[in-house]
Amino acid sequence: MTDHLPILPVLIPFLAGLLLLALHDRPLALRRGLGLAALVLQIGASLVLLQAVAGGDILVYRLGDWAAPWGIVLVADRLAAWMVLITNLLALFALVQASAGLDLRGRHFHVLFQMQLFGLAGAFLTGDLFNLFVFFEILLLASYGLLLHGGGAQRVKAGLHYVVLNLLGSSLFLLAAGLLYASLGSLNMADLAQRSASVAPENLGLARAGGLLLLGVFALKAALLPLHLWLPAAYANAPAAVAALFAIMTKVGAYAIVRSHTLLFGADAGPLANLFEPWLIPLALASLPLAALGALAVRSLGRLTAYLVILSLGNLLLAFSLGQAGIAAGLYYLPHSTFAAALLFLLGEAIARRRPFSADRLRVDADMPNLPLWGGLFFLAAVIMAGLPPFSGFLGKFLLLRAASGHDAMIWIWALVLISALLAIIALARAGSRLFFQTSVTEGRALAGTLPGSAASVHELVALFGLFGLILLLTLLAGPALEFTQATAEQLLQPALYRDAILNPAPVHSPGTAP
Amino acid sequence: MEALLALCIGLLTACGVYLALRGRTFSLVLGLTLISYAVNLFLFAMGRLTLGQPPVIDGSGQHADPLPQALVLTAIVIGFAMTAFVIMLAIKAKAELGNDHVDGLSDKDAHD
Repeated sequence: MTDHLPILPVLIPFLAGLLLLALHDRPLALRRGLGLAALVLQIGASLVLLQAVAGGDILVYRLGDWAAPWGIVLVADRLAAWMVLITNLLALFALVQASAGLDLRGRHFHVLFQMQLFGLAGAFLTGDLFNLFVFFEILLLASYGLLLHGGGAQRVKAGLHYVVLNLLGSSLFLLAAGLLYASLGSLNMADLAQRSASVAPENLGLARAGGLLLLGVFALKAALLPLHLWLPAAYANAPAAVAALFAIMTKVGAYAIVRSHTLLFGADAGPLANLFEPWLIPLALASLPLAALGALAVRSLGRLTAYLVILSLGNLLLAFSLGQAGIAAGLYYLPHSTFAAALLFLLGEAIARRRPFSADRLRVDADMPNLPLWGGLFFLAAVIMAGLPPFSGFLGKFLLLRAASGHDAMIWIWALVLISALLAIIALARAGSRLFFQTSVTEGRALAGTLPGSAASVHELVALFGLFGLILLLTLLAGPALEFTQATAEQLLQPALYRDAILNPAPVHSPGTAP
Repeated sequence: MEALLALCIGLLTACGVYLALRGRTFSLVLGLTLISYAVNLFLFAMGRLTLGQPPVIDGSGQHADPLPQALVLTAIVIGFAMTAFVIMLAIKAKAELGNDHVDGLSDKDAHD
């Protein structure tokens, strides 16, 4: 069983998706139950996987039992298991929220949802550059369907831009993979890492071009400046449960950046070492104030959250370019920012549903029913999203600042991180006071009270408090979580471990070679 | 042969980029298709150009690199699916927004 552990997170959603497709005309309750059951199973599998790799083992799964670098491999190390677990925990609450009625508004929601998880898990676990492209396409195709779920002119317009940009991104990804193959002669990431140290001088230019093109593609997925312009419209127009799930999609780009930054272009990559670093720090730094200014300028809660996603991505990529301490801080901040963004997206929809005239636009409207509950939740979510104490975001940012101390650009990093955080707090406070204090005429209260679904539904509360619980757990278990992310960073900065596990496996770690 | 292939790829890309920047969904789809053809040709060339060799190692020692061919095959299939999807989406956008501009602008707005 443990031999097949690395492929379980990929297989479970795939099979569940196929099953749900076959059962598409069965009662909705059955499909919801199946989707949830698959997700619970998936969380169990990713917990076991995390347990299996926590000690530092790198599990390698050879598909078809072909030895790398000729065959395709799935690789589960600490980073991959951590990302898969975060994805599945997030997906659980997004699915709970979607089961409140979003899945009624179109066909095949549950199939697309499982396929999205299939693509995400595959992208985190694959050890092959071309398969990374294939899994990117799978998760993107599912995300197009989810983004457009329910229809509407605004959504179609935002969706069209999103689809076209990602298609161009896919073409660039193929170009980058082709350039790396031409110059280094392999697509297996471990093999690439090994060959990059001894790249022939005449191929050096090609390899650098390929590597930087790869950074461009991942930066597009991660919405790093200046490739962030697609994100606010796409996320603000997506259904809330889908936008919540999309909080992990930008992190796929961040994951791919940190993986290639440490593995392909790490310290022992010879002439290609630290290829990303001169680009990553300035771009991440520049994206902080711009995202904060965007957050100040917006006129709806959905767009505000989208700009805060860009802001947290800037923090994250900044952390990833600051060496071991920075990567550890970033990997701790990553689940926090993912859950926080999802929480704010879900809360945004809950608030929008209770405002009869302006939905989530930051305008005067009638008093919401149950104001203390929603106001209190918004206050909590804002504190979490802005990274104020006592929650995990504060710790993550504190560690980021500590990792930056002594760095050449320390002044810039400290100043921009702190100022952008202050601007984010101002933007959130402004949104909160617009939403909850500037309410008009009292007759609005009566009107709002008659809105269908104005009572808090179980789905909403489970999803919101579930995400809040995850953040609380991350805060309370900061000790063990940080130990884990530090060990992860250590493992990432020793790419030789990854290479040896795949290319020179010890007999213990080679599943399936015994007759 | 190298020069000819490079010229083809460059021309396809240039035409694709020009069409993609036109701001109309029809030319956008055509542009994306041209770009994906260019990328497929490019991938094909990345295994170095060889003439008249089988892409299978048959013991004679002479063979074309089979990996780019496998990659191109996968990329073509994925490209087809994506093109089909974006065409459907363009038709839906035309129905929902009333015109084929990518920003949903009518002709009058677009010229303002």
